Amino acid sequence: MQDNNILLSVRNLSKSYAAHKAVDDISFDIERGSIFGLLGPNGAGKSTLLRMITGIFYPDSGSITLDGEPFEGLKNTAMIGYMPEERGLYKKMKVGEHILYLAQLKGLSKEEAIKRAKYWIERLEMGSWWNKKVEDLSKGMSQKLQFVATVIHEPKLLILDEPFSGLDPVNAEVIKNEIFRLAKEGTTIIFSTHRMEQVEEICDKIVLINLGHKLLDGSVYQIKQDYKEHIFNLHLSQPAQTVPADITVLDRKENTLRFQLPAERSANDVLLHYIQQQNNILAFQEHLPSLNEIFIRLVGTTPTARPFDSN
Amino acid sequence: MKTGIIIKREYLTRVKKRSFIITTLLLPLLFIGFSALTTYLTVKSSSAKTVKIVDDSHHFVNKIKSTKNIAFEFSLSPLDSLKNQLKAGEFDALVYVPAFDIQQKQTVNIFSNEQLGIEVENELSDQMNDQLRNERLQSAGINQQQYEAASRSTLTFENKVGQEEKKSNSAIASGISTVSGFLLYFFMLLYGMSVMRSVMEEKTNRIAEIIISSVKPFQLMMGKIVGVALVGLTQVLIWVVFLGVIFIGFGSMMTGKIDAQQATQIAQAAQGSGKAEMMQMISTTLGGINWFSIAGWFIFYFLGGYFLYAALFAAVGSLVNEDQQDAQQFTTIITLPIIFSFILMTAVIKDPNSGMAVFGSIFPLTSPIVMMARIPFGVPTWQLLTSAACLVLGFIGTTAMAGKIYRTGILMYGKKVTFKEVGKWIFRKG
Repeated sequence: MQDNNILLSVRNLSKSYAAHKAVDDISFDIERGSIFGLLGPNGAGKSTLLRMITGIFYPDSGSITLDGEPFEGLKNTAMIGYMPEERGLYKKMKVGEHILYLAQLKGLSKEEAIKRAKYWIERLEMGSWWNKKVEDLSKGMSQKLQFVATVIHEPKLLILDEPFSGLDPVNAEVIKNEIFRLAKEGTTIIFSTHRMEQVEEICDKIVLINLGHKLLDGSVYQIKQDYKEHIFNLHLSQPAQTVPADITVLDRKENTLRFQLPAERSANDVLLHYIQQQNNILAFQEHLPSLNEIFIRLVGTTPTARPFDSN
Repeated sequence: MKTGIIIKREYLTRVKKRSFIITTLLLPLLFIGFSALTTYLTVKSSSAKTVKIVDDSHHFVNKIKSTKNIAFEFSLSPLDSLKNQLKAGEFDALVYVPAFDIQQKQTVNIFSNEQLGIEVENELSDQMNDQLRNERLQSAGINQQQYEAASRSTLTFENKVGQEEKKSNSAIASGISTVSGFLLYFFMLLYGMSVMRSVMEEKTNRIAEIIISSVKPFQLMMGKIVGVALVGLTQVLIWVVFLGVIFIGFGSMMTGKIDAQQATQIAQAAQGSGKAEMMQMISTTLGGINWFSIAGWFIFYFLGGYFLYAALFAAVGSLVNEDQQDAQQFTTIITLPIIFSFILMTAVIKDPNSGMAVFGSIFPLTSPIVMMARIPFGVPTWQLLTSAACLVLGFIGTTAMAGKIYRTGILMYGKKVTFKEVGKWIFRKG
């Protein structure tokens, strides 16, 4: 807790609505400058959790520590940039006006807001947009605008809830690169999503929640190691004539072999077996489960759908 | 500070809107145009009519003057042929006056193909009865001057209200009451609804969550309410200036055209018909009214009533989902007391000191309209102060309550909210 490398620390956070517990005793720490993935199916409690971290909701119990200080709701608003999952804009406002308005609400002076808005608009190639009305923007364009409005006050903690939904691949790539760049420059990022493949690509550490409970917590690498099933893919120069005893062949196609080893056995034994047969090894790789597979394995047995969505 | 930024945005986006400029300019024009049109229609409602009169009594022949709309013509033709001409539509009405004794009551028949309207009958009744009265006066040996001197009304009445015996006039007071009551009714509904729509838009637009990650929901709500109030005040100010310009322009135009001689003529003409006393009374009473106090209270009740209802409207806006239908039940609950106070106002003007009037002018949901209707008649100070205090407490109360509903409602999507749940939100701590 006193670790200076921790920006945000969440302890035993709980929040109930009338009918059910939306967030139930969740704890985790986020290191400075890391990209932290908050994973879970729809209705898992992600949005409620994020709303507590942004100060929109008060937790029923538990504590949040931000930058070594107890979190104080909206007093910390200048430190946080929050892009909610369901996000909108004032349709009748002009793009420039809109960015300035949101930036000023975050506490920037008008001059500073103009300066930074210009910088971001140039950076994201939105140059000609300043006097455009928001209602004339395409969905991808307004996503970019929202991203600028979220980061313009240079928050220490950037919270992005499903930031890529509705973005075309080109713009998604632009935003993704900005996320990486901000993290490299020291911004801590919470990235919330139900899309597992994005997490593997972007996040250093994740926490996986379902039905308000924390299921998993750790680095993506460590979690994969923890959930690996000793499955390997082997590519040989000739079809395998024999297979070593006590391995389970999962798939066999021409020169490739996919097999599972008992946990105590080394894969080297298998490789040795084929080397001795003069069968050249062209490729050999351990198959690690994707987060998606782990997720399904973990939540597959418990219901993930809620009676109603608790947004 | 941040509330100030929100107020600024709410104010500027509304004032810059084309619809604001249009309503601000158009509403007074529309009002003037509407009253001009109604006056015009009442004056000119009937197209010119021709009325033929057969006068067997010979009291009226050629003594009935045609008016702008009605041409009276005397005819000596036999009644039956005239009736046939009437049926053929050659003229609009036929009046038959039989020979009769002018000291007795007599019915005169008006024949027509269609309903004539009241104008012909009124005109005939006025002119013919005047004629008969003059004849009766002559036969009694009384001349016109003697008659007018005798029949002039010499008593005028003045209401002295309260201990200071302030001059007051019920007719003028009810005029002021009606106008200010109507304005308050109009403003509370119009601007209250505007707040509600704007909250609904923010919610369905999903901008609300972004904003309240920077400011408290209460700040967003109050920023909006205050911003809209300023828009309302701006609009009123524009109208006051507009009205002032019209009055000054009109006034100078009038004084420029009427010279002294004409003025005495008008005064003499007025004297004759006894209107001078009336005019003088109106001007002294108008002078006797404390306009500053009325304007001051008007602004107080305008702002107090608006804040009270705007908070409630904001709360309703936050409860509504994409489905506009369920807005209806909540809106009705809020608009009912406004409509009720408007109905109460008409009763209050008739009897400004009844128990119901006193209650209505103190109860904060009705007090803005009802008290404003009573003020021109004079209200005891303790009642004014109690009413003002209740209104202030009332709007603090509704604002606090609305804040709690708003905070939860603004982020509540996809679920129909029941009254029971809203009740829970209000009484929840924190």
